[in-house]
Amino acid sequence: MSLIRNPKEFGSGCLFAGFGLAAIVIGASYPVGTAARMGPGYFPRGLGMILVALGAILIIKSLRSKGARIAIKDVRPLLIVLGSVVLFGLTVVPLGLVLSTILLIVAASTASHEFRWKEATIASVLLAGFVVLAFGYGLKLQLPILPPFLGNGG
Amino acid sequence: MDLLSNLGIGFAVAFTFQNLFYCFIGVLLGTLIGVLPGIGPVPTIAMLLPITYALPPVSALIMLAGIYYGAQYGGSTTAILVNLPGESSSVVTCIDGYQMARRGKAGKALSVAALGSFIAGTFATIVVAAFAPPLAEFALKFGPAEYFSLMVLGLLAAVVLASGSLLKAIAMIVLGLLLGIIGTDVNSGLQRYTFGVPELSDGIGFVVVAMGLFGFAEIIVNLEHREHREVFTDNVTGLLLKWSEFKEALPAILRGTGIGSVLGILPGGGAMLSAFAAYTLEKKIAKDPSRFGKGAIQGVAGPESANNAGAQTSFIPLLTLGIPPNAVMALMVGAMTIHSIQPGPQVMTSNPQLFWGLIASMWIGNVMLVILNLPMIGIWVKLLKVPYRLLYPAILLFCCIGVYSLQNNVFDVLMTAVFGMIGWVFVKLECEPAPLLLGFILGPLMEENLRRALLLSRGDPTVFFTRPLSLGMLIAAGLLLLIIVLPAVRKTREEAFHEEAA
Repeated sequence: MSLIRNPKEFGSGCLFAGFGLAAIVIGASYPVGTAARMGPGYFPRGLGMILVALGAILIIKSLRSKGARIAIKDVRPLLIVLGSVVLFGLTVVPLGLVLSTILLIVAASTASHEFRWKEATIASVLLAGFVVLAFGYGLKLQLPILPPFLGNGG
Repeated sequence: MDLLSNLGIGFAVAFTFQNLFYCFIGVLLGTLIGVLPGIGPVPTIAMLLPITYALPPVSALIMLAGIYYGAQYGGSTTAILVNLPGESSSVVTCIDGYQMARRGKAGKALSVAALGSFIAGTFATIVVAAFAPPLAEFALKFGPAEYFSLMVLGLLAAVVLASGSLLKAIAMIVLGLLLGIIGTDVNSGLQRYTFGVPELSDGIGFVVVAMGLFGFAEIIVNLEHREHREVFTDNVTGLLLKWSEFKEALPAILRGTGIGSVLGILPGGGAMLSAFAAYTLEKKIAKDPSRFGKGAIQGVAGPESANNAGAQTSFIPLLTLGIPPNAVMALMVGAMTIHSIQPGPQVMTSNPQLFWGLIASMWIGNVMLVILNLPMIGIWVKLLKVPYRLLYPAILLFCCIGVYSLQNNVFDVLMTAVFGMIGWVFVKLECEPAPLLLGFILGPLMEENLRRALLLSRGDPTVFFTRPLSLGMLIAAGLLLLIIVLPAVRKTREEAFHEEAA
């Protein structure tokens, strides 16, 4: 039997304590002031201390109470979904709305266990068309539509 | 009469062609997105928010409210036909609604849900109109100390009524408060926690946080599950209720409306708690409780009425105190701030057109929901047939474009991915994200009121205990905490939420 009996509680305790500690350390240079004249460091430092305390209680509790393990079945959806969002973010300005939409849809589709190349490609082209009409021309979004090196973008 | 003349102002505003149009579009889009399984009202509102930027404030808020009701109602449709709650408040609708659908009564279940929502919506509109003004007047007497205590009470109450671990939920609030103060400090001009990134000097956008924590994280978790869905789409006919069925459903609708109207006002209450309480009540007072879970019409009528009533009365704390009682209302605060309206008691006096127009449009929105949903149910059903593998990439796309258009900024898109990651970690650790969003919205407000209260009292912290109103609220907060740690209450609370999740 391991020491940590409630992994979810232990994990969240560490997370909260970590955030609290970070808030205190990073905010160490902000002037605290007095209660009557609160400086910018007063409130965040207080919150940081509360967070560290709550985290510590959770960690202690996790050694005593019992709980289920953290279930991570498959990290592919996480990596692919967030990866395709980042891809869209990085490509939308240099490549324009049409290409970045196609990239996002095809890349994100691969996260599903029912992924089919042909279907995803067709969907991406249709969506790109819709997005250009609705957001590019309809709502007049400030975005280049085609890659700028092809001209007439944005 | 005051109430009537005020409602008159409201209907005059809401009945302009422009506002009726935006209300309609809001309800339509809200239903459209809300019907999609796995997307609740929070990501729906976050996703559609950018569309409202260009509108005048009244129209924008009317449209957003329409989106909210639409999403709420669309979620019920999904619950009944797919047994998959689109949002947490339709969890209970799944139980009997889906069973009705399996017995070929899908049309009737949908009709009861629509009818119940409409009756509840009408009643709740009157409740909001009647109770908001006196409450707002009362709130005008609040000083910074009262506001600070009120926020403590509101945040704690929201946690107590939410599901899951109390300790984790409080920590999530505090983390939210911390995230909320990222950006430039209004008093000193100091950049806090911005790491020299210029995009962070205005703070993190609340849409970014909401979309990442609620939208992206949910999609990822759905993809991990690879579940198989059974959709009842072929036999959605027979929308009309028999007179005997109507007689069975009506008392449940009225009871649900009552429960929802009361619970919606409470912080942390709103739609989900109302629906759950109504279901429990129906089961308790039924002559034959064993029918529940096997397609009892009351099991749909009660919770559906309650969640709609609760959804509507949860506007009361927002409009009168400026304190959002749940995550959806937190988004509404954000939306109002974008249109430079500071939610609170002063809105009613300084901006009566907006206030009463919004209330009147709540009722109009409910009428539109009925008109839109029953005849058009075929369209929504078709939408349910779209497989998830095609749906989620499109949702991601609209989220990305929505986030980008907030400030025409790629940084926000990348930041949303970061919050998607954090949201996924929270799901794995079983930490509810809703309290974080509440804290995030209230962070700057809470700091400001604490600062002002202590400035006025010359640094004396007893100010929170010597002012009677403030003391009352802190005592209430303390009592709430005390009650929840009492073993007996804790046990029933856990059982209650366990039953709901099952």
